[in-house]
Amino acid sequence: MPVDVADPATAAADALLPRPFRVVANRRETSDTVTLELEPLDGDGLAFAAGQFTMLQAFGVGEVPISISGDPARPGLLVHTIRDVGGVTRALCAAEVGDVLGARGPYGRGWGVSDARGGDVVVVAGGIGLAPLRAAVLEVVRARSGFGRVHVLYGARTEDDLLFGDDLEEWAAEPDTEVAVIVDRAATSWPGRVGLVTELVRAAAFDAPRTLALVCGPEVMMRFVGAELTARGVPASQVRLSLERNMRCGVGLCGHCQLREYLLCVDGPVLSLDAVRPQLGIREL
Amino acid sequence: MTDVESAVALDLAGLQALVDLLAAEGYTVLGPTVRAGAVVPGRVTTVDDLPRGWGDTQEPGSYRLRRRDDEALFGYAADAISWKSVLFPSRELMWSGTRTADGFSITAGEGSGGLGDPPYAILGIRACDLHAVAIHDRVLQERALPDVHYAARRKDAFLVTVSCSDPSGTCFCVSMGTGPRAESGFDLALTELLGDEHTFLARAGSERGRTVLDRLGSRPAADGEVVAADEVVERSTRRMGRTMDTTDIRTLLYDNADHPRWDDVASRCLSCGNCTMVCPTCFCTSAEDHTSLAGDTAEHWRVWDSCFTSDFSYLHGGSVRSSTKSRYRQWMTHKLASWIDQFGTSGCVGCGRCLTWCPVGIDITEEVAAIRADPRPTAEQTPIEQTPIEQGGGG
Ligand SMILES: Cc1cc2nc3c(=O)[nH]c(=O)nc-3n(C[C@H](O)[C@H](O)[C@H](O)COP(=O)(O)OP(=O)(O)OC[C@H]3O[C@@H](n4cnc5c(N)ncnc54)[C@H](O)[C@@H]3O)c2cc1C
Ligand code: SF4
Ligand code: SF4
Repeated sequence: MPVDVADPATAAADALLPRPFRVVANRRETSDTVTLELEPLDGDGLAFAAGQFTMLQAFGVGEVPISISGDPARPGLLVHTIRDVGGVTRALCAAEVGDVLGARGPYGRGWGVSDARGGDVVVVAGGIGLAPLRAAVLEVVRARSGFGRVHVLYGARTEDDLLFGDDLEEWAAEPDTEVAVIVDRAATSWPGRVGLVTELVRAAAFDAPRTLALVCGPEVMMRFVGAELTARGVPASQVRLSLERNMRCGVGLCGHCQLREYLLCVDGPVLSLDAVRPQLGIREL
Repeated sequence: MTDVESAVALDLAGLQALVDLLAAEGYTVLGPTVRAGAVVPGRVTTVDDLPRGWGDTQEPGSYRLRRRDDEALFGYAADAISWKSVLFPSRELMWSGTRTADGFSITAGEGSGGLGDPPYAILGIRACDLHAVAIHDRVLQERALPDVHYAARRKDAFLVTVSCSDPSGTCFCVSMGTGPRAESGFDLALTELLGDEHTFLARAGSERGRTVLDRLGSRPAADGEVVAADEVVERSTRRMGRTMDTTDIRTLLYDNADHPRWDDVASRCLSCGNCTMVCPTCFCTSAEDHTSLAGDTAEHWRVWDSCFTSDFSYLHGGSVRSSTKSRYRQWMTHKLASWIDQFGTSGCVGCGRCLTWCPVGIDITEEVAAIRADPRPTAEQTPIEQTPIEQGGGG
């Protein structure tokens, strides 16, 4: 693909073309989820902010939005954690080391982790929602002393659905950092908690007015968590949610990801609770 | 409003000279033509290709050509198919790719249109549709990452607008502030005059429009012709088929998201998506990937999509908008309200096509009026619903 960087029209055209990335690792996280590590074939990696996503493409199958779950300080490695739920994600999960996938991006507005500096950080994840939050936690951990107390509160369906086991252990070993896990349903052998992630929010100790909360999971879970956090005194403007809608282009042209006035791919996916509370209260908006 | 000094008059031979000149300049000249019982965009090489003597009768759910008792070339209302079909075609190849030893290589698709290659000269574009083009410029082009295919087709397009002389029963451009005469955004503006002489009052709206007029050998318009042209526009203004009160419409629709009228319209709407296809501003698209049997070549296409389908809002597990109520609400609220937040302009230009081509005659002006007549603002709901939490999804 000849790239004439001097020509803005060519540059704009190329911005929407997938770039080839080689799979250098495929790690199975759970029965339906893998983490892929990718390296660009044609030059620089994708510098990204935690919470941004790419349009990830399986050649000839299709292209879907996937959050970047890697370390923002290591842009040379593109890391995606993908749950197999349909045609495209199945093909992506099946990619083997050496295979080439297409990616374009990064797109969207991320978590804005640095806004939490000097205060507490409460990360609340449901299911695959931990993927974009992993990037945020890695960013916090790298500059650990810049933040106050850190909570990673994580709910999954079952023990077998937990992602990033090694990371969770490492994060828990950081100073003044609490990692709490809860599952919907458990076998009798599960030593941990069973219930809803809101219980973890209720139990966590943080300085609410000086807390930035980062939340990602199913929408109904985010609504409950948002209500719990604001009830605890976290200002709605300091509760950030990563929202999911169907996205076909990632750059605000296809119209699929509208949430009333927002085009979530460019105005989001991360938005603060006060900006979306009315919208989330309306069914089927 | 017309600048008397710059207004000139063309006769039929002058109009033919305009077509010839634009063709000679390398434009693909397009204009309204009669095909399959409707006025639709087509190639124009002579003025005889234009819908001479044809008018239309449009009402919610119905469109009919009718014979006029004059020789008007532009005596119909809005073309049945808008110019969106040319500048933003329903299917576009974004890229094609080939597997290589090293992965794959990608080539950008080269945009082209069904009616020939750009640059286009569009003759007879209505004021409402000119506004629709300006809206697409904003939506598709004036963006951080623009639609390069649209931009390429739009770049040199030469736009000749013609004032509406005979609006239809579904027109409401006056309410939307978009017509019946264009005030900007064109290269040339014509008003057809059917007096003793068949003439066109012409004004330039751009430098290249002025240059073209100068080369046509037109004569300065007579005072009477300028007055007559203004009268055509005034008459059309008085004869709008419909009106829409747009006062505070954004707040009205946002506040009434749970109005019972949405259930009422949903009981009539077939969720067929016709309204979105004919609308000159609807821009939503989907992506399609095709691959050869062996899987070594692939194509990525962008295709028009409609917010009335269940796929449109599909997330694994189901559609966000599964009811027709939510889909109609999304469409109308987007057109008239959220579009303003997103792009600083209404998404409706009052062309009336969605009324005309709706199989059950749903009328967007009537739906707005019904909500306005009996507003039921929703109290801000608490974001809590007592439904069980399934923690698996999201992302
Ligand atoms: C901002 C954002 C971030 C996300 N991050 C993650 C993440 O980190 N990890 C994760 O697992 N998920 C993530 N998701 C969800 C993920 O995008 C969906 O699970 C995925 O789109 C499902 O696609 P699918 O084809 O596998 O599933 P399906 O349910 O089969 O399809 C979903 C949609 O894709 C269309 N589609 C399917 N096949 C094709 C094809 N061949 N060509 C064109 N269209 C097709 C379908 O029509 C449907 O509209 C994220 C979503 C968003 C919006
Ligand atoms: S919403 Fe209807 S009247 Fe308005 S621009 Fe679209 S088709 Fe025309
Ligand atoms: S409003 Fe009319 S045209 Fe639009 S989807 Fe409903 S039935 Fe079809």
